[in-house]
Amino acid sequence: MSETERGREGERTDRTTADGQFGRYGGQYVPEALMPALEELEDAYERYVLENEDGFMDEFERRIRDFGGRPTPLGRADRLSERYDSEIYLKREDLVHGGAHKLNNALGQVLLAKYMGKERVIAETGAGQHGTATAMAAAHLDMPCEVYMGRTDVNRQRPNVFRMRINGAEVNPVDIGRGTLKEAISETMREWSRTVERTHYVIGSVVGPHPFPAMVRDFQAVISEEAREQAREQLGSLPDAVVSCAGGGSNTMGAFHHFVPDDSVDLYAVEAGGSSLEVDEEAGVAPNSATLSTGDEGVLHGARTTLLQDSDGQIMESHSVSAGLDYSGVGPELAHLVDEGRVTPVTVDDTAALEAFHRLSTDEGIIPALETSHAFGYLHEAFESGEDLGETVVVNVSGRGDKDLETVIEETEKRGLESAPDMSVFETGGGI
Amino acid sequence: MGDDAADAAGASGSADSRTGTDATATAFDGGGAFVPYLAVGDPTYEASLEYVEALARGGADLIELGLPFSEPMAEGPTIQGAVTRALEAGMTPDRFFEFVSELDVDVPLVCMTYYNLIYQYGSSDGPRSFVERAAEVGLEGFVVPDLPAEEAGPLREACDEFGLDLIFIVAPTTRGDRLERMMERVSGYVYVQARLGATGAREDVSDQTGESLERLADWEIPKAVGFGIKTGEHAERIAAAGADGIIVGSALVDIVAEGHEDDRPVEETADRLAEKARELKAGATRGAESLPEPEHP
Repeated sequence: MSETERGREGERTDRTTADGQFGRYGGQYVPEALMPALEELEDAYERYVLENEDGFMDEFERRIRDFGGRPTPLGRADRLSERYDSEIYLKREDLVHGGAHKLNNALGQVLLAKYMGKERVIAETGAGQHGTATAMAAAHLDMPCEVYMGRTDVNRQRPNVFRMRINGAEVNPVDIGRGTLKEAISETMREWSRTVERTHYVIGSVVGPHPFPAMVRDFQAVISEEAREQAREQLGSLPDAVVSCAGGGSNTMGAFHHFVPDDSVDLYAVEAGGSSLEVDEEAGVAPNSATLSTGDEGVLHGARTTLLQDSDGQIMESHSVSAGLDYSGVGPELAHLVDEGRVTPVTVDDTAALEAFHRLSTDEGIIPALETSHAFGYLHEAFESGEDLGETVVVNVSGRGDKDLETVIEETEKRGLESAPDMSVFETGGGI
Repeated sequence: MGDDAADAAGASGSADSRTGTDATATAFDGGGAFVPYLAVGDPTYEASLEYVEALARGGADLIELGLPFSEPMAEGPTIQGAVTRALEAGMTPDRFFEFVSELDVDVPLVCMTYYNLIYQYGSSDGPRSFVERAAEVGLEGFVVPDLPAEEAGPLREACDEFGLDLIFIVAPTTRGDRLERMMERVSGYVYVQARLGATGAREDVSDQTGESLERLADWEIPKAVGFGIKTGEHAERIAAAGADGIIVGSALVDIVAEGHEDDRPVEETADRLAEKARELKAGATRGAESLPEPEHP
């Protein structure tokens, strides 16, 4: 019970709202067949997550510690601090089991599915990190698991496909549209409406219909809960800024949540600028995933939020070198915090993200995910351009980059980046 | 019951103001109504005109016209294919309205689309511009698969203003309060989803249909059953189970898709659609006539 009082009561009061509205965003725009499942989930979320019924949160906290490896450290980045003449601290979500923050949410939801008496879980995945985390959590909790993944992403994130299969999950490639996260979510929603009575949909980000955005945020909020405490202990004060990459926004909301009431802490959501912020309306393509920076209000995948869309309301295909940021929508709460001026959205393009990837790898000995590299790209651009982020900055290292090595080597070579190591001598099939 | 939802939606009208157009409800008079669906603009604007007119010739009592949306969350592969073809051929909301104006048919027309297209249209903040334009071109109502009753307040309000119907889908999972909430807001007819899942033609017709119709027995509004109806025999069974009408989409879209893939002349595909329509209409009529006594279980 003391567990409940400690964390959960506080969270309940700072939920933006109980009905899934974040300002003008949020809601439940889904087929009628799914509405009873959402009502059931709302009820389970309130009882188990918010009220710790049957000791759900106690079990979650125990498992995310013993299985997940929490708490993760907040560590000073010495070389970056020197480079930027500031105090740069890294919140190490790359050290969570599986190599990304994704397990925080996946473990929470798979456990919740068990408490709800569901027989199987399904999930969508973009970069494969959420699918991997769900497959691990499902194996850990003995639940059958099926993952839907766009064909393009299957091809560019093969190591994660293998990890999911090895953990015993089915992986279903989705051959619709451009075959990325957007199509994977649509297909998982369809599968959910076929099997809703016995299946829980473990959504991978703070997107989708209520209660998903609030619930996923609550499972991820452990990031800022720890970071805030660690900053006070280690620095004696709160940081001046928190920087986090943003695709759907789950690591972003997790890293921001407990800092939102701290007005002295600036919050930067770094979006994928892709190859350009210009939009090709004719082709229906936005060569970026900068939803918060360039999108406008609409309804997609169950929520009213900010979207990349054409003037008719057709959803545009997004682009990013990073599969995990490659999405045309964003979580409704994050869209709201941007509207309110609480969160500042910024963008970093593909090339700057790749450069940041190499910089962190050689400076700090941490190979970041390409998603995470965007946050470091912004850190670099801000300090280079003389923008004042403050004396102490926390960057959320949302995940590790092992899954991205093939992409990085290929994209780095294509661009002839000087910061990258020369790999040509290792190329296979090149003769002697 | 459902007070919270009514407040949240802020609809101006109450249940008794749900008049909509008489045309949609009367299309079901006598039972055995045949309601086909096609995605407008599949595979081209011109061919699509011929196809919809063929369905009317084949005995359609009301036609659901799909305005293609890039993320058709509730559709199976067949209708996703249609939507993709139509979008690639340049279908837009404005072209859709043009299409409806140009269409030469005698039956009520209902627009089926996703909420984002309704929401983004025109200059209004919200669905009003779309509904106004729909009323101008002679549409009688809307089916919006991603808009549950809870979120439908603004659209319901606009429909009331322009006298159009808002049709809701009742799923096999819809029960109790939800059903009542929905029935307070629906007008025209209810779309009874025969089974769980996305749209698509099936060999079997689900038992869930009978159960769903039973749950709706007390509501006087016409009940049209869709999802999975493929043949005249299916249509007959569904109508005999007490449905006032049958909705058929994928089985018709399949014919359009085949015509497109095999490069058949438009007239030939149109004839095949008309023939399929006659089969389905005849089945629905037989089913309706077979109802010996209303009390029959």
